[in-house]
Amino acid sequence: MASNPALRRLLAHPWFLGVLGILTVFLVWLLTTASGSVDKLFLPSPGAVWDAGASQFQRGILVGDAIASIRRVFLGFVISAGLALPIGIAMGTNKVICRLLEPLMALIRYMPAPAFIPLLIIYFGLEELPKVMLIFIGTFFFNALMIMDAVKFVPHELVETALTLGGRGLPILTRVVAPYIAPQVLDTYRINMASAWNLVIVAELVAATEGLGKRISLAQRFLRTDEIFVGLIVIGLIGLMIDLGFRFLMRRACSWAN
Amino acid sequence: MHLQVSNVSKSFGEGRDRKLVLDGVSFELVSGQFMALVGSSGSGKSTVMRLIAGLDRPSEGSIRLDGQPVRGPGSDRGMVFQKYSLYPWLTAAQNVAFGMSLQGRSKAEIRERTAYFLDVVGLADAGRLLPRELSGGMQQRVAIARALATEPKVLLLDEPFGALDLQIRESMQEFLHDLWRRTGFTVLLITHDIEEALLLAGTVHIMAPRPGRIVQSVAVSLDRSDLRHLRVSQPFLELREELASCLRGLDGALL
Repeated sequence: MASNPALRRLLAHPWFLGVLGILTVFLVWLLTTASGSVDKLFLPSPGAVWDAGASQFQRGILVGDAIASIRRVFLGFVISAGLALPIGIAMGTNKVICRLLEPLMALIRYMPAPAFIPLLIIYFGLEELPKVMLIFIGTFFFNALMIMDAVKFVPHELVETALTLGGRGLPILTRVVAPYIAPQVLDTYRINMASAWNLVIVAELVAATEGLGKRISLAQRFLRTDEIFVGLIVIGLIGLMIDLGFRFLMRRACSWAN
Repeated sequence: MHLQVSNVSKSFGEGRDRKLVLDGVSFELVSGQFMALVGSSGSGKSTVMRLIAGLDRPSEGSIRLDGQPVRGPGSDRGMVFQKYSLYPWLTAAQNVAFGMSLQGRSKAEIRERTAYFLDVVGLADAGRLLPRELSGGMQQRVAIARALATEPKVLLLDEPFGALDLQIRESMQEFLHDLWRRTGFTVLLITHDIEEALLLAGTVHIMAPRPGRIVQSVAVSLDRSDLRHLRVSQPFLELREELASCLRGLDGALL
């Protein structure tokens, strides 16, 4: 069948099936809406979604919303990641700190972050702070506990070798533990970044003046399903880009671990 | 260099769970000597090594290096482990340099000594390779070079070839013997392999399990000019069989 070498290379390409899956769904969507069997109020056509997106883009709304959401996610996540790193490492290396904090964190981790929204609004009002705090609360405990686990699984031989080579204290941390856990830390961030995106949309659905989530809840009010689709697709694409960015960083910075 | 292990016992756990893993172990090691501790798993041979390295403390008895009691790990006792012996994110050369930079040596000195010790272990061309690009035998040679580069008074080898294929293990034994003869460092080798101990060590201590203790000590005087020949020579095979039956007897007593 696939006697053509170029064709065979295409079929064997690692992305081939993934692209095929996306195209299939797109095609089903296109055909369903073209056949007119579904009310376009429920399922707008790809063309209508494109037009809605283009219109939002021209009015500057799309980019403004995206920037607002991205800023919240990054602000909350950078604080979360920055604090989780030293605390996770401290918990992974020090038994007392671990025993003190782990039960507390394990408890808070199971409280659904969106349930904090009413409290955050009461405490911090409707501005940026409660949204950033929500992302922090929703990701910090996962980040810290996952980094703690990464530290606990550093092979003791690597640490003990450094000790028998004359290493002490801080250099063990910076030159043995840190490089060893770097790939897992990046992977932890990559995974928890997805929750950060979930949370920013939830926060904006509740209270915001701009943002991709806010635009979706406005679109719902006016039954603009095409704009809801625009929001969903843009959120998905931004998330995918961040995910790929982390993978790229990991391949570049931690090539030894691949 | 004079290492004294005097009447060392070690137990782990507390109260009813307390378990004696080492019972009254004594031996001495002096400069240039190659000593081996042989025993099955549970004989406490690795515990002896960890105590000497300062990674654990003895429950009783004392360990002294040149008269000074061992209080913790230090670069005067270099160690090579069986697993995870190298830092996987560092190249072979960076691994060799690692210990020297922890010691705070100058960059020029580190560069020079790294090249020298890579050459000593026959890996002058492999300096830029990552550990995963090296064979298991090459990795262990880099680990030995890294330990030697920090100028330890004694080199502690904990089953260094235990994870290698038989053929590679034999060539590594020849490599280690050759290296020891050329450089004359002091070695304490931990192994479960009687042949390995008899081939390399001048003194072999046989250890028995539960609790770990030395049951027999043998001074080995064999002609080591040709290790390949020695492996199959009559006196070697006889000595090996004698010690093997001694070890079997120890295990048999437990069954």
